[in-house]
Amino acid sequence: MESGNLAWVLVSAALVLFMTPGLALFYGGMDKGRNVLNMLMMNFYCLLIVPVLWVIAGYSLAQTPFDNGFIGNFDSFFLKDITVAGDGGALATVAFLGMFAVITPALISGAVADRMKFSAWAIFVPVWLFLVFVPVFKWVYGGWLFDRGSIDFAGGTAIHVNAGVAALAAVLVLGARKSDASPPHSLPLVMIGTGILWFGWFGFNAGSALAANGQAAQAFMNTFLAAAAAGLAWLVVEWVRDGHPTTLGAASGVVAGLVAITPAAGYVSGPAPIVIGLIAGVICCYAVRLKKKFGYDDALDVVGVHLVGGLVGSILIGFFSNPSFFDGEFGEGIFYGGNAELLVEQIIANVAAMIWSFVVTFVIMIALKKTIGVRVSSEAEATGLDLSEHGETAYHSAS
Amino acid sequence: MKLITAVVKPFKLDDVKEALKAAGVVGITVTEVRGFGRQGGHTETYRGAEYKIDFLPKVKLEILADAPDVDRIVDVISAAANTGKIGDGKIWITDVETVIRVRTGETGPSAI
Repeated sequence: MESGNLAWVLVSAALVLFMTPGLALFYGGMDKGRNVLNMLMMNFYCLLIVPVLWVIAGYSLAQTPFDNGFIGNFDSFFLKDITVAGDGGALATVAFLGMFAVITPALISGAVADRMKFSAWAIFVPVWLFLVFVPVFKWVYGGWLFDRGSIDFAGGTAIHVNAGVAALAAVLVLGARKSDASPPHSLPLVMIGTGILWFGWFGFNAGSALAANGQAAQAFMNTFLAAAAAGLAWLVVEWVRDGHPTTLGAASGVVAGLVAITPAAGYVSGPAPIVIGLIAGVICCYAVRLKKKFGYDDALDVVGVHLVGGLVGSILIGFFSNPSFFDGEFGEGIFYGGNAELLVEQIIANVAAMIWSFVVTFVIMIALKKTIGVRVSSEAEATGLDLSEHGETAYHSAS
Repeated sequence: MKLITAVVKPFKLDDVKEALKAAGVVGITVTEVRGFGRQGGHTETYRGAEYKIDFLPKVKLEILADAPDVDRIVDVISAAANTGKIGDGKIWITDVETVIRVRTGETGPSAI
């Protein structure tokens, strides 16, 4: 890796790291004031446990050797043979990908908010990392889905669809919250979190070029545009449908746009990011209502935003992929001279990822439920998880 | 001695405070409170889901006063807090057995 590329990958890795605290604030602000620390901690716990596991065996199983179909091996156990001889590119890539491993389980925390035992979460994250994140990541980046021809630039399938469908499985085992949903306790925190997420997402998407090149620049521009367009679309739908353009709507739209452009960021150009953003903004704004219709208690809409947004972006690649613009070797979308082949592969990849993630997550949650239990007591749920799980209180009335 | 308790709209607090100071009141205790009366609550919409907000934010003022001053103080509060719209609040008056100034130990009206 040239020094310019190495510098961009290292900076991008730091940007992606920042997304997890950003996500924590995004979720934490939406949560109840008595559970905000628990929400922050579920996210920060991922920042503590995942880097260690990633270096021990996560990276090795997810990437070594690159062309294994279903799962890697232990060749890079404890980063064995990954040296900085030459340029350090290999090590920088391990760090960069590790940041993605951190935020993926963290995404699920928004669904299980307000009632999951922290001890259960503490076990869920490492088990889920190895049994779900690592294999799906492998299939998408170097494994059988990759070989079939599906593409996922920065983790639409491997990260957002994967975590989104896991969130659905998790809440089906966990059950609904006892108290009614309440309005966000701090929208300013949500907005700060959204800003941090958007900022970090430039590393997530543009860094995924793993080089400081034209594809990175286009991915950067796409990340900028899709988020704006989706925020705008969500706002317009709300304004017309519900009467007010809300801050939460703007924030949710931005995140939905970022999710949707993630798989497509390095494969689309021109007006495509705006179209993808607009479509994602409208669809996700309606998708967050599915939980009412079907009765699953996805507290902070991980399914509506991440699963649905990820699917929208990943499927739209089948239409908007434009390899000639990038001088690339990936498949052409229907709007750029291709047939339905890429679209079919995108659908297969997402269906495969969803089946694995849903089934394995469901089994992990059932196993936890039957052993240590997954829910806090009714009393703890009523008085707040900050106190019951962490012995702390976020807001003291007088100090 | 009497305790005058007034619940008013939060944005009227400054007007009420200035009017009371101008009327010679030397101490007020203020608490941020929530509640509902005839005004009721309102609805807020988050991600398309409506939430009924029953308890609206209000400010509660507590003023200790010597009995002869009470009517004048109540008039000052009423005038300053009035917007003419529903939800302007309420004022009520209760008897106070005694008042003690912590620093000096004085009791009765001189402790107000």
